[in-house]
Amino acid sequence: MTEEPIIRIRGLRNQFGTQVVHENLDLDLFRGEVVGVVGGSGTGKSVLLRTIAGLRRPQAGSIEIFGRDALNCSDDDRREIDLRMGVMFQDGALFSALTVRENVEVPLRSVKGLTPALRGELADLKISLSGLPWLAGDKYPSELSGGMRKRAGLARAIALDPEVIFLDEPTAGLDPIGATAFDVLIRQLADSLGLTVFLVTHDLDTLHAACDRIAVLAEKKVLVTGSMASMLHVDHPWVREYFHGPRSRAAIDATTRTA
Amino acid sequence: MADFSYDFVEAPEDGTPRVLQLRGALSVHTLTRLESVLAEHTGNTALTLDLADVAKMDTAGAWALVRFAARHGQARIEGLSPRLQDLLAAVEAAMPRPDPPARAPYGIREFLENTGRRVAGAGLTAMAMTAYLGVFFARLGRAVRHPSEFRLTSLVHHCQDVGWRAVPIVALMGFLIGIVLAFQGSVQLRQFGAEVFVVELIAISILRELGILLTAIIVAGRTASAFTAAIGSMKMREEIDAMRTLGIDPAMVLFVPRILALLITLPILGLIANVSGFAGGALMAWAELGISPGMFYVRLVDQVSIDHAIVGFSKAPVFAIIIGVIGCHAGMQVESNTESLGRMTSSAVVAAIFAVIAADAMFSVFYARVGM
Repeated sequence: MTEEPIIRIRGLRNQFGTQVVHENLDLDLFRGEVVGVVGGSGTGKSVLLRTIAGLRRPQAGSIEIFGRDALNCSDDDRREIDLRMGVMFQDGALFSALTVRENVEVPLRSVKGLTPALRGELADLKISLSGLPWLAGDKYPSELSGGMRKRAGLARAIALDPEVIFLDEPTAGLDPIGATAFDVLIRQLADSLGLTVFLVTHDLDTLHAACDRIAVLAEKKVLVTGSMASMLHVDHPWVREYFHGPRSRAAIDATTRTA
Repeated sequence: MADFSYDFVEAPEDGTPRVLQLRGALSVHTLTRLESVLAEHTGNTALTLDLADVAKMDTAGAWALVRFAARHGQARIEGLSPRLQDLLAAVEAAMPRPDPPARAPYGIREFLENTGRRVAGAGLTAMAMTAYLGVFFARLGRAVRHPSEFRLTSLVHHCQDVGWRAVPIVALMGFLIGIVLAFQGSVQLRQFGAEVFVVELIAISILRELGILLTAIIVAGRTASAFTAAIGSMKMREEIDAMRTLGIDPAMVLFVPRILALLITLPILGLIANVSGFAGGALMAWAELGISPGMFYVRLVDQVSIDHAIVGFSKAPVFAIIIGVIGCHAGMQVESNTESLGRMTSSAVVAAIFAVIAADAMFSVFYARVGM
């Protein structure tokens, strides 16, 4: 895991008007790890995700993905990078006019020579991999619960077996049982498919259960990265409050009990 | 991207199974070729898949192998690296297991069932519209008895939106219709030397039918869609449910001001269309036939009965209520997805225009019978 980073961000700067969200932000993402990004409201967690995923152009800085400069490359290169990455948006962002199976088939359409029958069967596999029942494939996004929509969004994100997936608040709005199941799913997929996962979350349980490494966004940059245990020793007011609060202790207790 | 190739070893020695060596990448990009290779080697005899040289495999490749192994009972998979073996196991555990599909009716039965559903659906929609009409009148009556519950600001706002903002398009439409009628009329009437009757032609057709009908069609396109979109997006974001829990009656707050605004402004818009229609007609009659505007005016006042105007304007409130009720009803049918908002908006416009024309046809028959 200590090889070259597959995503390398240096000196990133994002600003909206005069409001600077990121300033001189550095972050590395290594192959096969699950990184959780935390930070207070308005620290630009989602902005960071959108910037890496190529949905937003930063004002300054460099982003290297798979060893290529993602900000100054040709459209073809960018497309190839995009095909190797998957994004799950907060509420799934499924196409509401398509069934779940058709949603998952959308990225598969870019593969040449794949017959519709094969495409449908592969979509079924991804739906099943993301823990949805068989019948969900024929349903429209509006007929699914919030948790199922997130799973369907994940199924679409992993449709082309990307090397990196980005998850925006994967457990927000889920009940504790559903959230725990989603944490387990993320961990399983990361282990069995060898995925690199970049997730933005507020959920301390997710950080405990799913993440190898935590990156804390504060003061417009990545303040510190490290394991959950090392976060407890960081001397910064926000980090201390976050990881020493009652919720954090409950989450740590829960994982040590089950461990 | 690594490529895919294979080698087939036919029974190296007696008794040992055949070996199929796969090399390179088993991925979604090579899946079609992998599938065809595997399909060639399905059979009943024992077969070993040698995967020692597989460098890369994704879930699609693993899926093909698992499916092959399931179909080909005597196949053995060997030589995968431990990491890829884990992937294979994960995919095997997640193989989709289809539930038996529910049997759908087909043929004549399907046809009859669908027709029945549509007829019943149309009946229910008509009933729901009538209910909305009733709700509108009930709330209007309540607003008269309890004026404090009535939203005057909202009414004024909608009058501006529905009426004032539609004035330019309605006036332009009326003007052009007047020009068309005068031009076409003059071409035909000149053959009989009856050019002067073009005034009656324009006046009667605009006053009785075209002025108010075309205004209603324009308003249906503009306003029914706006009502549906506004109410529908509130419904989608659960704002209407929130109103109910706060003790606010959505019918009073949303429907009454909108439909009432239409009731007030549609006759005014109709009048504007009529007047600009006369202006266009007079201009064209002057240019084509030399009928001066003064003469046009005199003939208009002397020869055209006020009955035509009464017939025309009597339709306006009916059209207004039809457009308003259809727009509000469609808005309330919007579900929680964006697609239904678009669908209901366009169906509201179509339904409103159709209903306006159908009502106009009924008015024509009615006035012909009563002799007006």
